Parts: sequence; structure tokens; C-alpha cells
Amino acid sequence: MNKMQRAMHELSEMDELAAGSSPVHALHPAAKLITTVVYILVTLSFDKYDLGGLVPMVLWPVMLFQISGTSVKTCFYKLRIVLPLVMAVGLFNPFFDKTVLLQLGSLSVSGGVVSMLTLMLKGVFCLMASFLLMATTPIDSLCAALRKLRVPKLIVTLLLLTYRYVGVMTEELAVMTEAYSLRAPGQKGIHISAWGSFLGQLLLRSMDRAQELYSSMLLRGYRQEFYYADHRAFRRGDALYMLACSSVFLLLRNVRIAELLGSTIVR
Amino acid sequence: MIEFQHVSFAYEKDRPVLKDVSFRIEKGEAVGLIGANGAGKSTVMKLLLGLAEGEGRILVDGTEVRRDTLPEIRRKLGFVLQNSDNQMFMPTVYEDMVFAPLNYGLSREEADARADAVLKRLHLEDLKNRYNHKISGGEKRMAAIATVLAMEPEAVLMDEPTSALDPYNRRIVINTVRELEMTKLITSHDLDMILDTCGRVILLSEGRVAAEGPAGEILRDRTLLESNRMELPLSLAGRPY
Ligand SMILES: Nc1ncnc2c1ncn2[C@@H]1O[C@H](COP(=O)(O)OP(=O)(O)O)[C@@H](O)[C@H]1O
Ligand SMILES: [Mg+2]
Repeated sequence: MNKMQRAMHELSEMDELAAGSSPVHALHPAAKLITTVVYILVTLSFDKYDLGGLVPMVLWPVMLFQISGTSVKTCFYKLRIVLPLVMAVGLFNPFFDKTVLLQLGSLSVSGGVVSMLTLMLKGVFCLMASFLLMATTPIDSLCAALRKLRVPKLIVTLLLLTYRYVGVMTEELAVMTEAYSLRAPGQKGIHISAWGSFLGQLLLRSMDRAQELYSSMLLRGYRQEFYYADHRAFRRGDALYMLACSSVFLLLRNVRIAELLGSTIVR
Repeated sequence: MIEFQHVSFAYEKDRPVLKDVSFRIEKGEAVGLIGANGAGKSTVMKLLLGLAEGEGRILVDGTEVRRDTLPEIRRKLGFVLQNSDNQMFMPTVYEDMVFAPLNYGLSREEADARADAVLKRLHLEDLKNRYNHKISGGEKRMAAIATVLAMEPEAVLMDEPTSALDPYNRRIVINTVRELEMTKLITSHDLDMILDTCGRVILLSEGRVAAEGPAGEILRDRTLLESNRMELPLSLAGRPY
């Protein structure tokens, strides 16, 4: 298997993860979706120097990993391509922001370093939360939930098709890189001179296939509604989960847990 | 059941793909649509399903294929795509099978029952909960046929159902197709398969109906086939050795 085929295979595996069973899988998709959105918003709202406040936010994803039986390793493995990009966002902060914020013995920590770490953590936390949502909720149920929440048909269909087409595109990419490398032995990757035509081909081929896939959905009665998704009722447990988690996030955001713990110990 | 009346079509201006095509298929008939690569076979199916619009009239059960009649028309026709990878878009075979029935308003239990009945009939019970990306090409073709049968269509359209299959899987598909009693329209250049499954044949050549008649006659006509870039089916070729 080449790199692309593996990527494609992994993507299909998300469906398998999502089909698992655990208390988290069993929650209503809308409850999970809203909780995840609240988590991401709260996480992003932390001040850029508030590293100490942000760190406890890791508790929620960690808890979800435990309860849903999803492996942390799988998560980071699947995110290995986007993770560095997200981490790179704050990389230059230490060079621009040199005001000393913290003095640890002889080591002085600048504001830039703190804000870099904060940004990186924010990125990682949000990625983990999104991954957990996708790994515990089938895409169709998620789309059905979005429709229930009155998100317009067009947007939901776009989301669904993007999810499906990313698979188609990586598949085409796999076939093309294989065909290329067979005729360019010993060459690593694709030579820059071939990129233009390669990308053009990829786009055309995946568009053709995407068109066929969409036709196949239309021919089987798809009218941008998700009659086929699992329509379970929204139960009291779902509401409880959503409210409890959201309250904890807001609590963590507004109460300085670390300082609170620190001050009780000191006292 | 299916009728083309003077249908013409072009994807791009000045490059007609179908030119004044007319034919009729009666209810319960099995018709083979043959022709060389690029003859326009797949295009005929696209027009019939309303995936493309041309000139002339196309009727299904007396209803004209138009934008406003599409839902009704599509419900009657089950289409097996040439590339099964593009046909199956749900994670598992079972989910793909209940997709259409649920969209058409059946309850989960009814859809389940249908899927089970079709799987049993095609001896594919093992495939039910398999993941679409983890089954072989032959299994995938059979699964694609199963998803279409679960719609309980009045006619099935199959675009090259035996392409890219090994002899063993090809035989399974042929036997399955033979046993379907509904109206069938099958495109292929696998003429042995057409001979095995169809009573009548329409030969398409450069966008026109070049010949039409009983499969046994047309497929035996070496001159006709060769002048249209095809060869006699192996089973009729008569072995020289
Ligand atoms: N999407 C398209 N755009 C432009 N031309 C097309 C398209 N699809 C098919 N064609 C052309 O139309 C002709 C008939 O194609 P098709 O119906 O697929 O043939 P067949 O199925 O008999 O092999 C071919 O010449 C092909 O190049
Ligand atoms: Mg074709």
C-alpha cells in the first residue's frame, strides 16, 4: 500500500469507529454536536496568556477517550497530517513577544512562549474534540442532527458530500500516484514539473466520480433529507450530558481551578 | 414499458452522441444494448434516468421523462452502475441496501425485511454487515445489484454488469441476472453474456440504431458485428481447432 492508499483506508475506518458501541456512541448526535461546539468555543475564548486556565480543559477529551474506548494513539495517528499545521500557528510568537511573564528561578519565560503554548494547546484540544465527535457519531446521524437543528439543507448536503468525496479524491490520488511512480522509478514523490497536469487530472477525475456518486444517491430517492439515519429520540440523559458538560466548561473558563487548588494548599 | 422516440443528444455542441434513436422495450422483456466503446450505450441509460436531457421523447410506462416526472420515473428504474465503487456510498452493504427503501418512506422494519429477503435470494447473507471498502470486486458488484433489487424496481438497467469481473464472478452475475423476472435493459460488449441473458438485442453504432432483433439472429451475424467493431460471441464462433 502506498501512502495515499493508507490515508484512504484510514478515512474509511472512521466509519467503523463511529459504528462502535459505548455510552458515548449511544448519546444523541445533536447533544454531542452541541457539546463539542460549546467546548471548542470555550477553548478558543481563553486569553492568550492563560495557559494555566486552559490546561484543565484537557480533562473532557481525556474522559471521552476513556468512556468511548477510542484510542488516543489512533487519534494522533490520524491527525498527524493536520496537527503540525495547527501547531505551527503560534511558532513565531516567542520572537515577537519578549516581555517576561514568569520567573522560574533563573529561567525567565516570555509572553511569547506562553502564548505560543496556549495557541498550540487550543489547536490540539479542538482537533481532539472534533475527532472524538466523528469517531463516535456516524456522519449520517450527524447530518440528521444538523437538519433537526434547522441548519439549511444545502449546507448539510455539502458537509455530507465533502465527507464522502474526500474519500473519492484520495482514492483517485492513490491510483494516480501509483501510475506515476510506476513510470518514474526511483523518484520520490511527484516531480514539480508534473504537478499542474497531475492536479488538473485529479480534479477532473474526482469530479466525474463525485458526480456519479451523487447520481447514485439521487437515483435511490435522496432528497437532501436523512430518512435513513438513525433517528433516536432526544432523551433526558442527552440533555443532562449536554448541560453538565457545558456548565463544567464555563466553570473552567471562569474559575481559576489551578489558583483555587494552589491557595487551599498554601493555606 | 420503455420507449425512445427520435431521441438525439450531444454532450458538446457539434459532436452528437445519439442521432434520432428510437426503440421500444415491452414489459418483462430482457434487451441487450450492444455496441463498441463510445457507441453511446451509457448515454442511453443516462437519458432514460433523466441524468441528462436531450431532444425527442422518452417514455417509461407511458409517462414522459421530464424534470417534474423524475421522482416517479426513478422509482420504477433500478440502475446498476458500471463502477460499483461509485454506486455504494454508505459504510456497509446493509446500510446501502436500506438507503432507497427508507428514502421512499418505508419503515426501518420493512426496509430491514426487504434487505434480508434480497440477500437471501442472492445467497449473500454473509455480506450484510461487511464494510463496502473491504469487499472484493466481485462481491461489490453483487452487493450493488442487491441494493438495486432492494428498491423493488419495475425494470433494472445494468451498465456493463460483467466488466472487470473474473470468470467465476462473471458467471454468478449472469446467473443472477437470468433469474430476475422484471424488465431488463443491459449494455455490454460481453456478447456471450448478452446471449445468455437477453432475448432481444439493439445494436448501437455511432449514435444510431444499426440493427435490432432476436439475440440469436443478431449475435450470429458475423458481417454485421464486425462492421460495427464487434466479434461473434465465443460460444457461437465455432472452434477452428
Ligand atoms: N461527460 C461527457 N462529456 C463529454 N463527452 C462524453 C461524456 N460522456 C461520454 N461522452 C462521449 O460520448 C460518447 C458516448 O459515450 P458512452 O455513452 O459512454 O459510450 P459507451 O457507453 O457506449 O461506451 C463517447 O464518444 C464519449 O466520449
Ligand atoms: Mg459505457
